Amino acid sequence: MSFSKFVGLAAGAVLAVGASQGIAPSTAQAQTIRAVMHSDLKIIDPIWTTAYIVRNHGYMIYDTLFSVDANQKVHPQMVDKYEISADKLTYTFTLRDGLLWHDGAPVTSEDCISSIKRWGARDTMGQKLMSYVDKLEAVNEKTFKLVLKASYGLVLETLGKPSSNVPFMMPKRVADGNPMEQISDTTGSGPFVFNKDEWKPGEKTVYVKNTKYKPRSEPPSGVAGGKVVKVDRVEWVAIPDGQTAVNALLNGEVDLIEGPKHDLYPVLKKDRNITFFNWNQLGNQYVLRFNHLHPPFNNQKIRQAAMLAIGQEEYLQAVIGDPEFYKVCGAMFVCGSPLADEPKDGILVKPNIEKAKALLKEAGYDGTPAVLMQSTDLDVLTNLAPVAKAQLERIGMKVDMQSMDWQTLVARRTKKDAPAAGGWNAFLTSWVSVDILNPISTAYLNSACDKAPFGWPCDEVMEKMRDEYARETDAAKQKELAAKIQARALEYGTYAWVGQWYGSGVHRKGVIDGWLAAPAPVFWNMTKKGS
Amino acid sequence: MLATIPVLGMVAIFVFLMLRLTPGDPAAVIAGDNANAEQVAQIRAKLGLDEPLVSQFVIWITKMVQGDFGESFFFKKTVAELISQRIEPTLSLALCTLVLAVAIAVPLGVLAAHRHGSWIDRFVMGFSVFGFSIPVFVVGYLLIYVFAIELGLVPVQGYSRIAGGFGSFIERLILPSITLAVIYIALIARITRASVIEILGEDYIRTARAKGLSNRVVLMRHALRNAAVPIITVIGIGIALLIGGVVVTESVYNIPGLGRLVVDAVLARDYPVIQVVILMFSFVYVLINLVIDLAYSFFDPRIRY
Repeated sequence: MSFSKFVGLAAGAVLAVGASQGIAPSTAQAQTIRAVMHSDLKIIDPIWTTAYIVRNHGYMIYDTLFSVDANQKVHPQMVDKYEISADKLTYTFTLRDGLLWHDGAPVTSEDCISSIKRWGARDTMGQKLMSYVDKLEAVNEKTFKLVLKASYGLVLETLGKPSSNVPFMMPKRVADGNPMEQISDTTGSGPFVFNKDEWKPGEKTVYVKNTKYKPRSEPPSGVAGGKVVKVDRVEWVAIPDGQTAVNALLNGEVDLIEGPKHDLYPVLKKDRNITFFNWNQLGNQYVLRFNHLHPPFNNQKIRQAAMLAIGQEEYLQAVIGDPEFYKVCGAMFVCGSPLADEPKDGILVKPNIEKAKALLKEAGYDGTPAVLMQSTDLDVLTNLAPVAKAQLERIGMKVDMQSMDWQTLVARRTKKDAPAAGGWNAFLTSWVSVDILNPISTAYLNSACDKAPFGWPCDEVMEKMRDEYARETDAAKQKELAAKIQARALEYGTYAWVGQWYGSGVHRKGVIDGWLAAPAPVFWNMTKKGS
Repeated sequence: MLATIPVLGMVAIFVFLMLRLTPGDPAAVIAGDNANAEQVAQIRAKLGLDEPLVSQFVIWITKMVQGDFGESFFFKKTVAELISQRIEPTLSLALCTLVLAVAIAVPLGVLAAHRHGSWIDRFVMGFSVFGFSIPVFVVGYLLIYVFAIELGLVPVQGYSRIAGGFGSFIERLILPSITLAVIYIALIARITRASVIEILGEDYIRTARAKGLSNRVVLMRHALRNAAVPIITVIGIGIALLIGGVVVTESVYNIPGLGRLVVDAVLARDYPVIQVVILMFSFVYVLINLVIDLAYSFFDPRIRY
């Protein structure tokens, strides 16, 4: 066979493969928003993982019993009305009329009970709530009761939790599955329907308007209020390369980018057809996590010394650079939130080198190097570790900074081994602020030893304070307790928060309108001019 | 042909072991930031990653032999389904690049050899050095800037399947193919030139010229055909280069092909996907080299197997 014949046959094979894919005809006539999200959708179960892209997917196709508005206030969403008994131990919820699953079946109490149980087995706040729940029982098709063993002050806040894992409601047949296994049935009752046939991981994820959805009558605010869908389709186009995504936006091939890289902002700002929109107004918070199991950070005084070495501005300058997109903030529960409380001594904001050196000496620090893990493949994290290394060395600590990709870090941080045997002493990461707005949702405050997330702080005092906070139902007292918890975290050295930062979404001016400020990027209320 | 079996067996063992020895844990990736050690362990058990390495390998290889490629740890899809979605873009890009590269590089190489020492020869050699030296992603971004953003002739990114229309298919494939072809053209043109120069010095070429044959006939029928064996060899070897280039090109142009699938899978430690795609790339490489070996006897009848 000649070479040209071979090429001809191969080209024919390509054509045959292409034809066999059975591509649907173009849907260009439908009003379609094309968006580039921060990641491709790989997992479709928002209870199985905490990944934010899966949370965003959840908001598209599922609904929640309660939701928070733009000011973090909880409002009923699927729930029409609710009653709290005088002893505050029984909550009775009644669902709204006309709630339907995507397959047309009505949403029932049993569906919601199963959904709460599955979510409560996986989510940190859910687990806490479930530890107080005596029983969940259906009263009728639309009404169910949640009965507590003891008073719990965060029932509605927990059911209205806005970020991962969000308590999304699923049909009973789906929610009754093992919470440790990913679901495959994507039937929800939310404002969009997931078009599984068109979902091509690495290429695009398609949602179509749920014509059966009955939005609330209130105006939208945050993830609360009426979820009115104003377009026919939303396509999440997977473009992992940041520069390519920006090129596609400038060329009009996509309509919005959820969060372009900071170093591409100048290119975008120069284009008059592009508008910036900060949909996540509370931003994000960087944190330094200590491993409490091994020297040197198994010593409380050394952790305190490390915290005294911290100056937030250095971190924020190194990673974000532009002060427009960062905020120096000493509050654990995020500046701008109801529980924000900045310590007066300026700890974490400005370093106190002399005091840190004295503490280190008092602690008897023997020069054991701290293994600091640096992730090198995520732009918003890469430059944090070198700053931490420099600041710790400034007070006389030895630091062994080890560079790796984020997934290696994610795997290594689960290891309890000594640093010399593949373990670790410290690493830095970032939290979306809405995940850390109170002492129960803040995962790194969990100080239950082996049951705590990696780092494994073991602080009975903290756990008692968190329990006290969870039981408290008075908002003013909750705030007092939150301040005490923050003080305890600084004293014990649970972890250190090293600054707030903000990203921004961008979209084509005059094309996209109605993007809501919310804890997650949502597509209801959004309009598009043209097809 | 039978020799491919032990080769693929070795590749399977190597890929399987390398993945397990590489740091990273898919269970930890799935579990996320809030998880405790117990939850990570439960997910690991569900994925079968708590089994001894030998058991994991035996289970995987047995299923592979039975045609069951397994299921991705992350996507709720089988590996076969993921590959079937991604194979068309990669195959199209590779073939388009190959056709483009051969169509440009062979005539360029022959021309350079024919005009040995002239400005054409120096231009071709200069282009070769340029093609070898410039990284694929730089060529990609330059072409995007000029032809997509400045001139608006083609889209910036994406892939359009053949079934969606040949026009849009080619429109989106042309820049990626040119990008990937640059290094391939450089390689083939250089080898073609060297081989043809060597052949042009042979006695039988002098004889052919003495018989009064035209330059075209001497070059195409006598010189190029006899220079074909090293050229074909380089085209075969270059497939490895092509596979590497596909990964980068697919990322720059956002083409949802196998290259991007494997990059995403590596980043997420999605073992079943990585294993099958690498094994498939190895199989394709072995197969193409087999085809190249068979092609030798076509160009040079003295070669017999």
